[in-house]
Amino acid sequence: MTNTSSPLSSSLANSLRSGPDERGRFGIFGGRFVAETLMPLLFELDEAYRAAQADPAFREELDYYLKDYVGRPSPLWFARHLTEELGGAKVYFKREELNHTGSHKLNNVMGQILVARRMGKTRIVAETGAGQHGVATATVCALFGLKCTIYMGATDVERQKPNVFRMHLLGAEVKPVTAGAGTLKDAMNEAMRDWVANVADTYFLVGTVAGPHPYPEMVRDFQSVIGVETKEQITQAEGRLPDVIVAAIGGGSNAMGIFHPFLDDADVKLIGVEAAGHGLDSGKTAASISRGRPGVLHGNRTYLLQDKHGQIEEAHSISAGLDYPGIGPEHSWLNDIGRAEYVGVTDDEALEAFQVCTRTEGIIPALECAHGLAHVMKIAPAMAKDQIIVLNVSGRGDKDIFTVAHHLGVKL
Amino acid sequence: MSRIQTRFAALKKEGRGALIPYLQACDPDYDTSLELLRAMPAAGADLIEIGVPFSDPSADGPTIQAAALRGLKAGATLGLVLQMVRAFRETDSETPIVLMGYLNPIDSYGPAEFCFDAAQAGVDGIIVVDMPTEEADLLDAHAREAGLDIISLVAPTTSNSRLFHVLRDATGFVYYVSITGVTGTNSASAADLEKALPRIREATSLPVAVGFGISTPEQARTASQIGDAAVVASALIKTMAGTLEDGQATERTVPAVLEQLEGLAAAVRA
Repeated sequence: MTNTSSPLSSSLANSLRSGPDERGRFGIFGGRFVAETLMPLLFELDEAYRAAQADPAFREELDYYLKDYVGRPSPLWFARHLTEELGGAKVYFKREELNHTGSHKLNNVMGQILVARRMGKTRIVAETGAGQHGVATATVCALFGLKCTIYMGATDVERQKPNVFRMHLLGAEVKPVTAGAGTLKDAMNEAMRDWVANVADTYFLVGTVAGPHPYPEMVRDFQSVIGVETKEQITQAEGRLPDVIVAAIGGGSNAMGIFHPFLDDADVKLIGVEAAGHGLDSGKTAASISRGRPGVLHGNRTYLLQDKHGQIEEAHSISAGLDYPGIGPEHSWLNDIGRAEYVGVTDDEALEAFQVCTRTEGIIPALECAHGLAHVMKIAPAMAKDQIIVLNVSGRGDKDIFTVAHHLGVKL
Repeated sequence: MSRIQTRFAALKKEGRGALIPYLQACDPDYDTSLELLRAMPAAGADLIEIGVPFSDPSADGPTIQAAALRGLKAGATLGLVLQMVRAFRETDSETPIVLMGYLNPIDSYGPAEFCFDAAQAGVDGIIVVDMPTEEADLLDAHAREAGLDIISLVAPTTSNSRLFHVLRDATGFVYYVSITGVTGTNSASAADLEKALPRIREATSLPVAVGFGISTPEQARTASQIGDAAVVASALIKTMAGTLEDGQATERTVPAVLEQLEGLAAAVRA
């Protein structure tokens, strides 16, 4: 969809936006590392997705739902008070938290559910960490009357109770996964097991820009609406592109969505913020790029937190949505070619930013994007007042108030 | 001829299919699994599959997941698994050994080094669950050079035309994943297998092993007759798990698994 919505598409041959290649690779990253049982399904999905892309009726249908159901376009907000408090660059918020269901997740889910319907699938499975993707998936399943099963780590079920209840209300079955640390990685394993056992009628609705090809590409394309709008909106507001774009990264879908339309704009610096947990060198971190190395998990080659024997390690973050030991393959590639920069922000820094945002702008951000904001708070003061930073505020923080209260020593 | 070819040729003369039991390396500890491995041929194993523990076995059911975690807890690494095969080869130079696992530990070890070391240790074939044909160039050349068979997996979802693509350069034997699902859950019926096997044999002259969901002697017999071999994994591991106390081996552990293996072997030979 980005290919039709940007003038850059004509020069894709020399573009950083032309990936992945026909093997689903971004440089050495990506690919299709799945069991043979699933390979035919990936080819079928790839074919269905290409057909949908080429069909103007699909685009029209998606635009209709994005506008009237998701509530797009989302505003670009000049965060005046925060900007004044930081005393440097102008900070804008891309307000993805205003989407229906409260995060950017619905952009992708809406696109994929329309693909699933074209494929004649009647049952949807999905993995979820913070529950945002699970809620978005359960929402469209309610809208279209499809059976829905969400796999969620037992630890996450515990720390994201409001979202679990939402999914139940929406008619989804939520299956807690007790394997491993009971977080997103384990939920992903279990969703893949369900998919392989129910291939005939079931569609696996992946929530981030990871997994086997074509998922990283497809999810990126559906999320690129964020960057496309941002480009138009910042040009309208400032008459130019931003100097820096910042986004938090778990799997990396909100970041990929806002980065992708800007990849060929070399003057726009792209910064992905990983969850450093207790600190990058604490051993309790989710910073796959900063502290991992390339390997193969969940269908793709990418940076992974792993031991020297290739066993995957448990990630740690205060934010359930960032608590994953891998990252989308396109991010791994952007890191290696130096087009995007990846930094870490700790649990404590994110908690601080969460409160600053709420107090200065009256916006309660999700803990995920509080990580992005914490990095903005580090760099904005040292930048000139006429410079511009756009932060992707990818979700609202209502789901996190229990976690935040707990860390602030408040009993609700 | 490779050990795998020799074994299948010998069984063909006997007029029966093969029984391939599976054990997870270092489950519940190195010594117990080596003892079990060494005793398997006498109990009726024609080939043996050794599972390489991985933290995220997303194609396996709960039984093998638990076994993998026990193996990792006991310190399993790919290097230790190769050591186990070397120890087995001290007393058995004929029974083919096939490693089954996921790609990341191999990738981490180094594809070329792994293929060389595995062949040196006495491994005959490898099954990499999450490495489909399209990604197999990572290991293909190294495996060929080392004389290691990469065992191709085919599934009920593999179309006729894709069977030819997947099996074009296959060596050793073919592993038919007989259900759409994870290990140790459902079972394919004899009728399912009667339908599937001719389809696969159109595309290859290699022996076809049937796996996933084979637990009883009758199922093993049926699979080894319609196919050329039956793989039994979760059922044996369940028996082993039932003998453990606090995750540790007991004196019943090895005998219980061997007794079950003998029952399976008798059915395959009947």
